[in-house]
Amino acid sequence: MLEADNLECVRGERRLFAGLGFKLEAGELLYLQGRNGAGKTSLLRMIIGLLPPEAGEIRWKGQSIRRNSEDFRADLCYLGHLNAIKEELTPLENLLASAHLADEALSEDDALDALEQVGLAGREDLACKYLSQGQKRRVALARLVKERRPLWVLDEPFVALDVAAVDWLAGIISGHLQRGGLAVMTTHQLVAIPAGTVRELKLS
Amino acid sequence: MLKIIFAVIGRDLKLAMRRQADIVSALFFFVIVVSLFPLGIGPEPDLLRKLAPGVLWVAALLATMLSLPRLFADDHRDGTLEQLALAPHPLGLVVTGKVIAHWLVSGLPLALIAPVLGVQFDLTGDGLFVLTAAILLGTPALSGIGAIGAALTLGLRGGGVLLSLLVLPLYIPVLIFGAGAVDATVSGLGGEGHLSLLAAMTFASLGFAPWASAAALKIALE
Repeated sequence: MLEADNLECVRGERRLFAGLGFKLEAGELLYLQGRNGAGKTSLLRMIIGLLPPEAGEIRWKGQSIRRNSEDFRADLCYLGHLNAIKEELTPLENLLASAHLADEALSEDDALDALEQVGLAGREDLACKYLSQGQKRRVALARLVKERRPLWVLDEPFVALDVAAVDWLAGIISGHLQRGGLAVMTTHQLVAIPAGTVRELKLS
Repeated sequence: MLKIIFAVIGRDLKLAMRRQADIVSALFFFVIVVSLFPLGIGPEPDLLRKLAPGVLWVAALLATMLSLPRLFADDHRDGTLEQLALAPHPLGLVVTGKVIAHWLVSGLPLALIAPVLGVQFDLTGDGLFVLTAAILLGTPALSGIGAIGAALTLGLRGGGVLLSLLVLPLYIPVLIFGAGAVDATVSGLGGEGHLSLLAAMTFASLGFAPWASAAALKIALE
């Protein structure tokens, strides 16, 4: 489903990696590892198509993501290390707005249910600027609860979460893999994902 | 296609309503700058009538400039711009929505308050009407052209000053024809020609600017 060939990344004057390739099928998870500055986030941004690779190609369902970018983006859910939530809006409005802009059908009940799962019940009508860092992260993660697009790309999803939330998120990701989804993520904490095949890619 | 444009407009208007201070401060800036001129020049109706179109238009350009740096910067800072760029639509449509929303909160209020300010300059009847029409027709072009500048300077330190240097020269045609429309009407020549040109500039910039801005945003997001 997702293939990368011979990728090369140059940031500034430095070559971060070259000749990098991988192949990921339905139900598989790719863990990107490497020290700070090894190019994990750059590789993620190449995979989602925001950063054009210096050389090489990424294909989704056999077609180049640059040539077929709109079809690819319709299958993609990206969660960066920024939360992508609006401080002025409430958690509920944030969820509905992001689903709306990504052209997904999300009913208000589904959104409320997702917020309850991330432990934000009772705070859905409070503007996000009054929430703590961890709670804001949970608002961002609530998007994943009802997310059915096949490819998830997650940049450090476990950061700022407490132990219970880490387990919950690992459960959400394995549910996604069981449904035949794919996931690519970077993380410094190795969290066991109970289902699906886990592949590892070390950048050095 | 229209759905995504309306979705973006709806979201941006809701955000603007939660942050009314921004709208109100740009509007007050416009009111105060324009009102300072009659106070400084003194009660000379002929001179004021001559100055009116230029003063109102220059103040409108500056008031628009005030809100431009935030057009994409807020979305860029909190990561929503990435999500917008990854939505399964051309980014140009998203930017079109943002430009229209920007005009609704920054250009439209200027046009609505302009006739009141025009009275201070002894403009009457036709002059006031054409002034309002010109600002109404010209400000969408300001938002469109401004979006290109805002996208090009996104993420730069001191981008605000650079933005003014980039965008203000491009505003000159709008300024000339906008002020010219009122002058022509006051002197009895009729401002229809100027207004048509303003409308043409607005449509051209609304059609073209979002795509140029989208290309600049993609570079900023790399």
